[in-house]
Amino acid sequence: MADFISGFWDLYVAGFVAFSLLLCLILMFANMTSQESGAPQLQGHVWDENLREYNNPLPRWWLILFVGTVLFSIVYLVIYPGFGNRKSTPENDAGLRREYAEEIRQAKAAPNNLEKYAGTQNLAALATDKDAMATGQRLFLTYCTQCHGSSGRGSKGYPNLTDNDWLYGSSPEVIRTSISEGRAGNMTPFKGVLSDAEIKMMADYVLALSKGKSEEPDYAQAKGIYMQRCVTCHGVEGKGSFLSFEATDIGAPNLTDDIWLFGGDLETIIDGIKTGHNEPMPAIKPMPTWKLFLDDAKLNLLAAYVYSLSKK
Amino acid sequence: LYAAHKKIYVRSTSGLFARWRWTLVWLTQVIFFGLPWLTWNGRQAVLLHLVERKFYIFSWVFWPQDVLFLSVLLIISAYSLFFFTAVAGRLWCGYACPQTVYTEIFQWIEEKIEGDHVARAKLDKAPMSGRKFAIKSLKYMVWAVFALWTGFTLVSYFSPVKELLASIPTFGFGPWERFWIFFYGTFTFVFAGSLREQVCRYMCPYARFQSVMFDPDTMVVTYDEARGEPRGFRRRGEDPAAARGECIDCGICVQVCPTGVDIRNGLQYECIGCGVCIDACDPIMDKLNQPRGLVRYTTENALKQGWETSEITHHIMRPRTLIYGTILIGIIMAFFWGLFARIPMRVDVIRDRTPTGREVSGGMVENDYMLRFMNMTESTQTFVISVDGLDGIHISSDKQQVTVDPLRNQEEIMVVQAPKESGQVGSNRIYFEIVSVDDPNMKRREKAAFLYPK
Repeated sequence: MADFISGFWDLYVAGFVAFSLLLCLILMFANMTSQESGAPQLQGHVWDENLREYNNPLPRWWLILFVGTVLFSIVYLVIYPGFGNRKSTPENDAGLRREYAEEIRQAKAAPNNLEKYAGTQNLAALATDKDAMATGQRLFLTYCTQCHGSSGRGSKGYPNLTDNDWLYGSSPEVIRTSISEGRAGNMTPFKGVLSDAEIKMMADYVLALSKGKSEEPDYAQAKGIYMQRCVTCHGVEGKGSFLSFEATDIGAPNLTDDIWLFGGDLETIIDGIKTGHNEPMPAIKPMPTWKLFLDDAKLNLLAAYVYSLSKK
Repeated sequence: LYAAHKKIYVRSTSGLFARWRWTLVWLTQVIFFGLPWLTWNGRQAVLLHLVERKFYIFSWVFWPQDVLFLSVLLIISAYSLFFFTAVAGRLWCGYACPQTVYTEIFQWIEEKIEGDHVARAKLDKAPMSGRKFAIKSLKYMVWAVFALWTGFTLVSYFSPVKELLASIPTFGFGPWERFWIFFYGTFTFVFAGSLREQVCRYMCPYARFQSVMFDPDTMVVTYDEARGEPRGFRRRGEDPAAARGECIDCGICVQVCPTGVDIRNGLQYECIGCGVCIDACDPIMDKLNQPRGLVRYTTENALKQGWETSEITHHIMRPRTLIYGTILIGIIMAFFWGLFARIPMRVDVIRDRTPTGREVSGGMVENDYMLRFMNMTESTQTFVISVDGLDGIHISSDKQQVTVDPLRNQEEIMVVQAPKESGQVGSNRIYFEIVSVDDPNMKRREKAAFLYPK
């Protein structure tokens, strides 16, 4: 009842409630008869030509029940509380609010199930814990499925987590960092640096790398540009930053395999070289900074679960 | 201010209708008290497990998803009520209603302990004495034991009866078990012991709407007014043809009535159609060398037009009963058909909302699905999953078989692959087919959408 601005409405409603209860009793006692013997009294009305109603005394148990319900509703209104502007608090509330407060208290007092994973150091061992991984899967289905799919096989722009091909490294610790800190691409846009013809040439070279044909004489010029522009991140052999330098912060992909984050057709590759894959605003990362949202226990479980996906 | 309850001392009767009632008392109570003790495949044969939300009934296990069967069962009950009431009045009230059945049992106990109706009335009027106290306490004790046993039996439909039985000596019931044993026991005691006909007269709503199911061709317990009136006592040797009706006004029909009505006043809402007045009147007619049936099951029309029994039976077949009967039989057949055609396995196919699909090497497109299996049987089931609907579509995740424990739900993520050229961009209809390895009839075919990304 505390939702009203003016105290008048509390009184108004309370008045109505009290009046209704009183009316129930008045109607009851004003209309009943006590005559038990003699000719039965009639209510006086006639329905359907000849249906008349007796005005018989009420059975005692019925009367007690009626008065009892009125008394019950008064007690109920006071205890619940539902009368006037008496505010419901967990302390004076006999109903759901108190039960709710009690449940919250119990939940807070109970040792949090996930809490025990907060200090886990050995994520690889956690990945073999069946119970933990069941929880990990539920967390994954809640937070990760939207981009990586419930199978974890990813989608365009979001890596497949099941194939043991890693941009930043395969250890569970690196995976945990990826989750907690978030990730954004570091590929520089080459539009303006290279001409359109050169970009096309480089895209052909990237495709050749993935097919193992990059040493063919056709690609000599492209290789020259590669060694000048791309080698810093993708490495001499084109195996990407992690495999080439064990760098866990660049994320340059391995170009020698047939795994493509954004698509393996010529057009997509040209587009990628032209516009790059870095974010104009580093704060908004395609892989969010989950530590802002998830606690250590959940981060550990998710890291271990993602690690376990690649180990299947 | 109120009408004090006038206690009715019912005189017991024997006869055709009393036998019918006792038959039904035995039948219903043997089932009620007996069912929880039956065992089926190592578990209680009938157990309505509210915590597990599963109803075990012989070889069936019903899940909340089977609630349709319960509602159809209630519809069958309702139509049976309509049908039987249209044919022969309040058969349910008179013979099978728990209120009638338990009142009958409690009255039997009462009669064995306190004596017949006269003795009972006398005992109640007598001042309290050691003997009266002993008799009354014994009666209440026996009633209480029987009532508690009834409560115990009710609870044993919901809690395993063996554990309940083991809890009796230590009184180690759970709080709700304790509550329901006493709640149901108390109400049995009060309803069948003291309230009795008041339940039918004041509490039961069914008594009040019976009239809409009656029509002039409904068989009801009727006093043949034309034959009986004017009623009056007959002197020995008096000319039987004297201008008197056949009712000698002995009042036995009133004495035996469990609801305390006088059937000679015609059809009344208090009359539960139990037929004890027929059982009481017929022997009186025999003694007077008059034909039986001054009070009998007959219809309003038959009485008015003097029909023979064959005409009454002929009129049982009328549009109302035929329609009720047809619907009733139809629903019962549908119920059993549904029961035997029921597939105790369900699968929900839930496609990932996002991503919409991924392109993978080899010109294939992949979609992820969550399959939720529900094994409703009591044995471990292995399901084989396949997909169809697009050329070259197949499951690409490692698992194509799922083993689900008895009475469990299980979720499994399935990855489905189809060639790029098999469908169009957007949604394509595909089907998952799930078959149990052990039972090829346990099969579900579920619709799903397969998305090709732009």
